[in-house]
Amino acid sequence: MKPFAFSGDALQPELYRQAMQDVTCGGFVSFEGWVRNHNDGMEVRRLEYEAYERLGNAEGTRIVNAAITRFGVSRAACIHRTGALELGDMAVWVGVSAAHRDEAFAACRYIIDEVKQRVPIWKKEHYLNGDSGWVNCERCAGHDLKAG
Amino acid sequence: MHEIQIEYFALLREHTGLKRERVETQAATVEELFAELDARYQFPPMGKLKVAVNDEFHAWQAPIKQGDSIVFIPPVAGG
Repeated sequence: MKPFAFSGDALQPELYRQAMQDVTCGGFVSFEGWVRNHNDGMEVRRLEYEAYERLGNAEGTRIVNAAITRFGVSRAACIHRTGALELGDMAVWVGVSAAHRDEAFAACRYIIDEVKQRVPIWKKEHYLNGDSGWVNCERCAGHDLKAG
Repeated sequence: MHEIQIEYFALLREHTGLKRERVETQAATVEELFAELDARYQFPPMGKLKVAVNDEFHAWQAPIKQGDSIVFIPPVAGG
């Protein structure tokens, strides 16, 4: 299993979990991100993810590899959906196996937090009232090109 | 004058109506290129942007070279 990948089809957590199995490991932690029916006070009907996959694959792989080194876990991977998703669909899966649970929890948390901040994926929400919007991009005051 | 390729995603793709385009530009840096395109397309306000040149993140002062492939990255929202 690659450290990081995008999938245009439904995620298959059972398959990914098998790839994390390792007899040196005493624990496995996973995180699943699901499509929920509300965000920021709006009722969400469905959403779309669009990714800049070439850079996203490189950045996602850097994140997962950094987690393995930093927390000393045995295996880790992350898969993110692209395309159209319905309520309840799985948007992202993160899995980590390690000798002990503490580093597995920490590495899993690190991966999902960094992926959300750094991997070029955009989410368009479609609302019950007929509106739609790109999350984090709309209703901003201007362009900010400063680094950091 | 350099000929470069720009690829648009998400809000920028919808706003320009383009997935990609080839552009001849006098811009010396990616920041100047963004200003040229903003003048042409009147981008909606998007908050904090990043930029990638040839599929790696770069500073806004990165120089433009012939044949570069450039992507402007509005705030991301994975997960």
